[in-house]
Formats: sequence, structure tokens, C-alpha cells
Amino acid sequence: MFSLHDKNLAKEILSSIKKSDVHLRFMHVCGTHQDTLVKHGLDELLKECGIEIGQGPGCPVCVTTPKEIEEMLLLAQKGITVTTFGDMIRVPGEHYSLQHMKAEGCDVRTVYGIEDAVAFAEKQKDKEVVFMAVGFETTAPSTAAVLLNKPPSNFSVLCCHRLIPPALKALLEMGETRIDGFIEPGHVSTIIGLAPYEFISKKYHVPQVVAGFEPLDLLMAVWMLVQQINKGNHEVQNEYARAVNQKGNMKAQAVMKSVFTVDEKKWRGFPVILESGLLVRNEFEQYDARKKFEDHLSVLTEKEFVEPKDCRCGDVLRGLISSKECPLFGTLCTPEKPVGPCMVSGEGSCKIEFRYQKKR
Amino acid sequence: MCLAIPGKIIKIDTKKEHATVDYGDGTKRNANITLVDVKVGDYVLVHAGFAIQLLSKKEAQETLALFREMLSFGEGL
Ligand code: SF4
Repeated sequence: MFSLHDKNLAKEILSSIKKSDVHLRFMHVCGTHQDTLVKHGLDELLKECGIEIGQGPGCPVCVTTPKEIEEMLLLAQKGITVTTFGDMIRVPGEHYSLQHMKAEGCDVRTVYGIEDAVAFAEKQKDKEVVFMAVGFETTAPSTAAVLLNKPPSNFSVLCCHRLIPPALKALLEMGETRIDGFIEPGHVSTIIGLAPYEFISKKYHVPQVVAGFEPLDLLMAVWMLVQQINKGNHEVQNEYARAVNQKGNMKAQAVMKSVFTVDEKKWRGFPVILESGLLVRNEFEQYDARKKFEDHLSVLTEKEFVEPKDCRCGDVLRGLISSKECPLFGTLCTPEKPVGPCMVSGEGSCKIEFRYQKKR
Repeated sequence: MCLAIPGKIIKIDTKKEHATVDYGDGTKRNANITLVDVKVGDYVLVHAGFAIQLLSKKEAQETLALFREMLSFGEGL
């Protein structure tokens, strides 16, 4: 009932875009959007209509920094049970991934969500259990809700949550790549609503459309951006009205606010981005793994962290190159032997490109 | 990871913290509902075990018609 199908409409949208005779470059920031675009060949179809679309930093696993990966590895090494989402455990650190550590006997577990991690902690009260909390505004409320609900004292989170609008601003401020419009992530927007995007249209005159995840959603979002540009507009529009409203999920916003404060944060491939990260408030510090295990983690504070050698994830995440332009793509870097996180995560553009390229 | 799946609330537990969600493809799973105000019969988007937003049946039913309307309106400009 919530999926959209209409082949003729898709054709009509594409021909209308083509008629506009434009040459534009849009960016989206969501792995699920990329999956829809590549899986259905929309990226190629749109290219024929003069529209190029790049992914940007829309992959929570991919933008997690080498330092955060090392923090996790170190905690696992110290005998702490480490839990996280499936993709995360395969991301290569400087020498190993969590998966390697697991093979070596460390207690590493994949969970579907944070509540599974809490359940582990409840079952084995004699062990410390850390959840590596990655994700954007879509995921952060679940972490906050769990911390508010007084989880067991042997549970804590390594908070790696990040916020999308400050990253959009950073991309525009850096000005390295042409961005004629943003397709905004539908599920992030279910939480934050439309207001947090407005400053971008006002200050940088960039049109934005919040989009859903069906092929027709994305085609329509592109069409709406083209219309805005043709009319000289730059506003925030909502294509995904069945799930996103102006104000977002205010209950989730309130829960996030009571547990987190906003601070600057480093993203993989980016310099430090102002106001783009969430920190656990002092009132909840007993659940903050960075405070709880400060002694273990302090060895990492002085260390310099580098990206994997020759990996171009940083350039892919900033929208400078496509995955296929990385010299390692599909040769030295494959999903079986990933060099960077963009080839590990189901939302990483390298993994998505590799997965569907054979069918093209 | 920002993937969220639509489903229908079919049962709410006594503590009103979790609900059984039917995804329509034969799978039913438990989801935390503390971030949303829902009742049995509502449709929600579920992400990482949490219902994150209610889906509007009305908006969903009208989406395609709205697209068609916008398209003809836009083309006429
Ligand atoms: S193909 Fe591999 S090495 Fe190249 S950018 Fe992607 S993840 Fe990094």
C-alpha cells in the first residue's frame, strides 16, 4: 500500500525532465537512495536527460572515522563485549577489523538494533557490553530512548551519531564540487522535519527536495528540483509527504535533546564539521563508553590516524569522484576484500556499484 | 542502515513500550513504540527495531494522483 508503481508515469517524468534541456548535478546523502538509483538504472536514465547524481557522505558506516574504529577494536581487545550493526564489524581498521578480532576469540556481536545489545547486557551481568552507536538522525533517537530507560549498569554506548544538515553546509562551504540541488534523505527527515534544511536554501540558494525511496519518489524529486531551477526558485520541498511532515517527529527530537548535546565532529574524508556530532550528556555519563573506559582509550588520543592506503573513500564521500574512478575499485578492492568502508557497507557507494555493475 | 520498513501495528503490549508489527510479507516482529503515538491498525516506519514515524494512509493513496497533477501543471508552465 505504501509502494508506488506506474511505469507510464516514470516515462512521463523522464521525458519532461529531458524536455527541460538542462545540465545539472545533484547530490543526495543516503545509501538507500543510491541503492534505488543504481538498482533500477535510474542514474543512467537520468544522465541521458542531463542530470548527474552523486551520493555524498550519506552512509553512516562510511563516515565513521578510523579513530572510532580503533576505539571499538581496542575495547574488544580488552575483553569487553562489543555489539554493533552488521556492516560495522567488517570495516578495516589500521591492522584488523572487528571480524578479525572475533575470529581471534574476542566477543563481538552483530545486532539488529540497540535493544538487542541491551538484552545481551541483561543476560550477562558479569560482562561489560558496549554498543557502537553509529547512524544519523534516523538512528540517534533509538539510542537516546534506551539511555533514558535506565539500561543495566554493565551497558554503555560508544556514541558515533552524526547530523546531516551541518554536513550539507560543510560541502557547500568547501565548494569543491558543483551542487545544483540536494535530494534530502527521507528517513532522516521523518525525524527532523523540513525546518533544519531551510537555512541551506536561504543562505546558499540551493533547492532541496526531501524524497522517499521508491524509483518514482526519486524521479519525482529530480523533476521537482529541475522545476525549481527553471523557475529560479530555491526552497525546501517535500516529495515524501506520506512519511515526512513539516515538524518531524517531535517526540523523538525531545528524547534526543534530553540525552545528547551537539558538538563538532570529524567525518571520514572531511575536516572537523561544526555542530555535526552528538555527545552523551554528563547526566548519562555512566553509559558513555568514552568516559567509562577512559583509561583504556586514552592511548588513542595522541595517535594520528590515516585512511587506508590509496583508498579514495574521502573523495567519494565528498562527491568528487564516483566509485568507479577509484583505481582500486573492483580489482584490489572488492566486497570480499574491502580496502575502505565504502566497499563494506550496504549503503556505501562502492559496494552498491559493485553489487549491481554485473547486471548493467 | 537508514533503511526503514513500513508495517502495521497489530498488537500493543501492556507496558505500551513495544508492539507487534506486521510487515505484510509474512514477517511479524516486535518494535519499540516509545518514540511515536500509535494505536492498533496504524501504519509505521520501523528502523533498527524502533517505530520512528506514522505513515499517512491518505497521503500514500494520493501520492500518484498528486504526481500526475503536478506533472501536467508543471508542463503547462
Ligand atoms: S573502491 Fe575501495 S579503495 Fe576505492 S574508494 Fe571505494 S572503498 Fe575505497
